[in-house]
Amino acid sequence: MDVFDKLKILTDAAKYDVACTSSGVNKKAAAGGIGSAAASGICHSFSADGRCISLLKVLMTNVCAYDCKYCINRRSNDTPRASFTPRELAELTINFYRRNYIEGLFLSSGVMKSPDYTCEQMIEVLRILREEYRFSGYIHAKAIPGTDSTLIAHLGMLADRMSVNIELPSQGSLQMLAPDKSKHSIFAPMGYIQNRIQENSTDIIKYRHAPKFVPAGQSTQMIIGATPDTDFQILNLTEGLYKKYKLKRVFFSAYMPVTENSLLPTIDTKPPLLREHRLYQADWLLRFYGFKASELLDQHHQSFNPYIDPKCNWALNHMEFFPMNVNRAPYSDLLRVPGIGVNSAKRIVIARRTATLNFDGLKKLGVVLKRAQYFITCGGKAMDSLKITQDAVLRSLMSEKILSIYHRDFPLGPKSKQLSLFEQPLMIQPNLTQEGIGKCLTSQI
Amino acid sequence: MLNQSNLIYRYDGSFDGLLCCVFESYDKKEIPMDILLTDTPQTMLFHTKEIMTDSLKSNRVLSSIPRKMGIDALDFVRHAFLTCLTQKELYILLFLRMGYRYGPSVMNMLTDNVVNILFKAVKHLEKESHLLKGFLRFSIFNNILVAEIEPKNYVLPMMTQHFCERYPEERFLIYDKTHSMALVYQPYQPTVIPIDDLELPEPNEEEQSYQELWRLFYDTIEVQGRHNPECRMSQMPKRYWKYMTEFGCPQKKPLLKLENSSANRTGEYY
Repeated sequence: MDVFDKLKILTDAAKYDVACTSSGVNKKAAAGGIGSAAASGICHSFSADGRCISLLKVLMTNVCAYDCKYCINRRSNDTPRASFTPRELAELTINFYRRNYIEGLFLSSGVMKSPDYTCEQMIEVLRILREEYRFSGYIHAKAIPGTDSTLIAHLGMLADRMSVNIELPSQGSLQMLAPDKSKHSIFAPMGYIQNRIQENSTDIIKYRHAPKFVPAGQSTQMIIGATPDTDFQILNLTEGLYKKYKLKRVFFSAYMPVTENSLLPTIDTKPPLLREHRLYQADWLLRFYGFKASELLDQHHQSFNPYIDPKCNWALNHMEFFPMNVNRAPYSDLLRVPGIGVNSAKRIVIARRTATLNFDGLKKLGVVLKRAQYFITCGGKAMDSLKITQDAVLRSLMSEKILSIYHRDFPLGPKSKQLSLFEQPLMIQPNLTQEGIGKCLTSQI
Repeated sequence: MLNQSNLIYRYDGSFDGLLCCVFESYDKKEIPMDILLTDTPQTMLFHTKEIMTDSLKSNRVLSSIPRKMGIDALDFVRHAFLTCLTQKELYILLFLRMGYRYGPSVMNMLTDNVVNILFKAVKHLEKESHLLKGFLRFSIFNNILVAEIEPKNYVLPMMTQHFCERYPEERFLIYDKTHSMALVYQPYQPTVIPIDDLELPEPNEEEQSYQELWRLFYDTIEVQGRHNPECRMSQMPKRYWKYMTEFGCPQKKPLLKLENSSANRTGEYY
């Protein structure tokens, strides 16, 4: 089997792993070496599904001893199998890297023989890259659940980032679909990596040149929509992972049916991409906008609103916070306004030091007035052209695509009296208050 | 009283030359309506003035910028000078005049028209150079890495450090076709030189096979069930595709193949 066949099989087998980021660490090549990394990460291409390609994402092998029901590499699946030799893969990485195709390597693997054996093979690839090629580019290595901790420690000294995939968001789902994995076998290496990172950070304080353990931190991934777990459970788990394990990222992967199994959604199920999108939006709110999971969902609202993004949804349910005076509101409050993001909030804080902001100025700063207009004032004044009609509000707060889905689900007609966002049709009043906007949208939501 | 009449400055296109325009503007208490390159065709309508580059004058202006408005403002102006903004020279002059008047706080005046236009132009430059750090593709000829780019902004100075730190032991060349300039590097000696054209030999077998491997990887990594060409287009605008290995470049044969396969999908994004 030549390297073309191997690359095809082992890329195909790796592509359902979502993470492809190369962020979190800044370094440059050592003298006589090759490779650097930028903290912001660099995307080298985008595949036709719109996902960033930053790393050569392959499996060491797709031979696997496990039989996880949702996975294309499961033991019982009849699929061609291949394995890279460590040297083959290291050479491929370097040659891609020299041509600026990639930022580095994302190495995962099926479990060949045993978790320990698999991990040793992965360590050998990383050793060749780091020692023989003196490669300082980015390496993301996957910790195989069940690997001996000394091997994980060794792998972590060579990699920039490590990850252990949670795969399924609850113990029950794991038992059902991944009988060879347990909650313990996943959280044990995650906890171990977290402890080593923490120990290492004190070493680095003591000895400046102490070798770094997983300097770009660890991440994880879970599959969305293969099991009945709700958004509420998933988001709470995510928040817990950020807090307890100090993860850098939690990735979500809409379940793509790859196999027929009575325990799984049928093979013609569409991947829940919108749901995945909403979870990412919420994840951003947790990491950059100062939101807590409990503000976005609770026991009684276990799923995200499909029509409106989580931030907008929160705002509509908390109209008592609005309208907000952009010339006075603190940064943390500005972040809560739909249509104001991290960048525009920062710019607002800078720009208002020298001038009083008006709506024209806000537009220059990158505020999306179409959404923000309902929630802000400039020096006590609302936007002149503010229109609070059902149609205008819907149009402003939903994207065109979502709006058409909304109209399909809740058709509006002169004669028909269907469900609508408005509990009772509102009269169009020019002086409708902010509370009015809230009322007209929240009743359904 | 400032004379803001129908006056046009002409300068040699260098950063120092532009600083001399700033000097002139203060010296003569006048604000030009535009600043053009010396070799642009003469317009008869307006009075023009040739500004000679004088390092004494430009150095005086250069050293005053960090003193009067901070080092960030100087970096900002240097970057603004690399952008493809039309009338960037005039905006830079107006910005510096504001800087002398308001001091470092000029950098906070984001809603001012001049500052805002320059900020957007610099953002565009930074975005483009960041994207190109990823989208640029080297082909290897005689162990020399060669890449071609066609950026809107003059990004080479923004990328020099990145590629030098990435490939310290390599020899490489990045040719900017738009500006006819090239970044040439051999270990620990980067230089930027003017270059008219670049003719490359046929890639050898090894080079071709790595290009094929990359295309194979690129096509395989897509999850077909999530096919989303609009998303790809917004993340990676089509103007960058021209020099990217995964779309068949720089090889000619696969280019035809690409045209065929994209013809099937055209309906989706045109």
